[in-house]
Amino acid sequence: MKYTPTVGEILQAKGVSRRGFLKYCATTASLLALPPSMIPRIAAAIENARRPSVIWLSFQECTGCTESLTRSESPTVEGLIFDAISLDYHHTLQAASGDQAEAARHAAMEENYGSYLVLVDGSIPMGNPGFSTIAGISNHDMLMETVAGAAAVVSIGSCAAFGGIPAARPNPTGAVAVRDLVKDKPVVNIPGCPPIAMVMTAVLTQFLTFGELPKLDKHGRPVAFFGTTIHDRCYRRPFYEQGKFAETFDDEGAKAGWCLYKLGCRGPTTYNACATVKWNIGTSFPIQSGHPCLGCSEPDFWDKGGFYQPLSTGHFGSGAKLAGAAAAGVALGAVAAAAGRKRQSKYTKEA
Amino acid sequence: MTASTEAGVQFEAIHGNVRPILNEVMHAIDKLLDDDIPTTIDLSSLPFGPGELDKLEATLGTGELSAQLDALGSSRIRETTYPGVWWIEHRNVNDEVVGRYLEVTRLPEILSSQDADIMAGRARLEEQFEQD
Repeated sequence: MKYTPTVGEILQAKGVSRRGFLKYCATTASLLALPPSMIPRIAAAIENARRPSVIWLSFQECTGCTESLTRSESPTVEGLIFDAISLDYHHTLQAASGDQAEAARHAAMEENYGSYLVLVDGSIPMGNPGFSTIAGISNHDMLMETVAGAAAVVSIGSCAAFGGIPAARPNPTGAVAVRDLVKDKPVVNIPGCPPIAMVMTAVLTQFLTFGELPKLDKHGRPVAFFGTTIHDRCYRRPFYEQGKFAETFDDEGAKAGWCLYKLGCRGPTTYNACATVKWNIGTSFPIQSGHPCLGCSEPDFWDKGGFYQPLSTGHFGSGAKLAGAAAAGVALGAVAAAAGRKRQSKYTKEA
Repeated sequence: MTASTEAGVQFEAIHGNVRPILNEVMHAIDKLLDDDIPTTIDLSSLPFGPGELDKLEATLGTGELSAQLDALGSSRIRETTYPGVWWIEHRNVNDEVVGRYLEVTRLPEILSSQDADIMAGRARLEEQFEQD
């Protein structure tokens, strides 16, 4: 069996001093949303951790999740984490293709059976298997074969976590989430369209550091990042409390940076870390840029009504509401038709 | 009051997110004085509107001691005008901020020479003697 160096050895080989290591541990604690008092424990754990093998599978997706991770101007901490994992299969990033790529996947599975991590982005089509294949293998077959020897599975992005846009009505490919298929392994969901790169690396770091997965909420998301709503941590929340809202995108309220609730902001019902971690090296996040939160880290976000309707108007999510709306629509239609007929008969008579 | 630009519009730091942190700092100072327990406040986990971080930094000011650490990128460690309250900013090799903290302590741990580095330094010094 090949020797896998510890993270401590990797850092030492890179000439990182003890002070640098402490800095690394402090930023790791911050990354994992752990209290700074945990830094000594993190230091002890990281020093002896060994790099895990990672197999990344991409199914019905747009590659935005991989872009989020690789185009994030990765800070050194994240760079070090990726030095500290062995990314053995990722068909977008790896040089090998076809049979060679599949051979690399099988080799990684055999060498690390029972201990490797499987990362998945994209949903799995359950209609015609030919809707999405890799090297002639259906997404379903590749997923089930690969997770058989995995220690855990991480669903990256809303498509892998909840079905995402491919599963939006009418779901033409019969798309499902990883959790709908994988029942006998721990599955961590990191939703978002795309997910925040730092959250992805934090989960990997947690596994690397403590050999365990983070605490999860009812949707399988790490509580450390999905434990509070965007609204809870939004810097515009004081305006919500004061009843100061932007009514349109170009009114005085919008220019003054008031709350975007009335413009459809889903912040109050969306659990994610955008408001504090932010995007583009901590520069901003949608609300700071003047746009309401779309709620992309929640299940079925695409099918929850218009993006620019306030949450308080509800949406056609339930059968009863839909039936009510349909009845109202029918009544409205009947009135319109009657009015139309009246107009028509008037014109006919005039003619 | 400081201001910053958001979507081309000037904003004042009026969202009210600075005062609670100053309160937390005051409580942390009491804890240090009464129980000798240091506190670290991770600023990256707190909400800040445009200009508010600048306002916090300006309010705390710059004290009489500051240091720069060069390890995995630069870090700036400086005491604020409130003794015992340290502003610590870690950057990576691309000069991007990867961590920002307020430490309420007598001396931040990262400023102390670490045993592992001291031992490695001693070994290098011994090698130097052997070469001479």
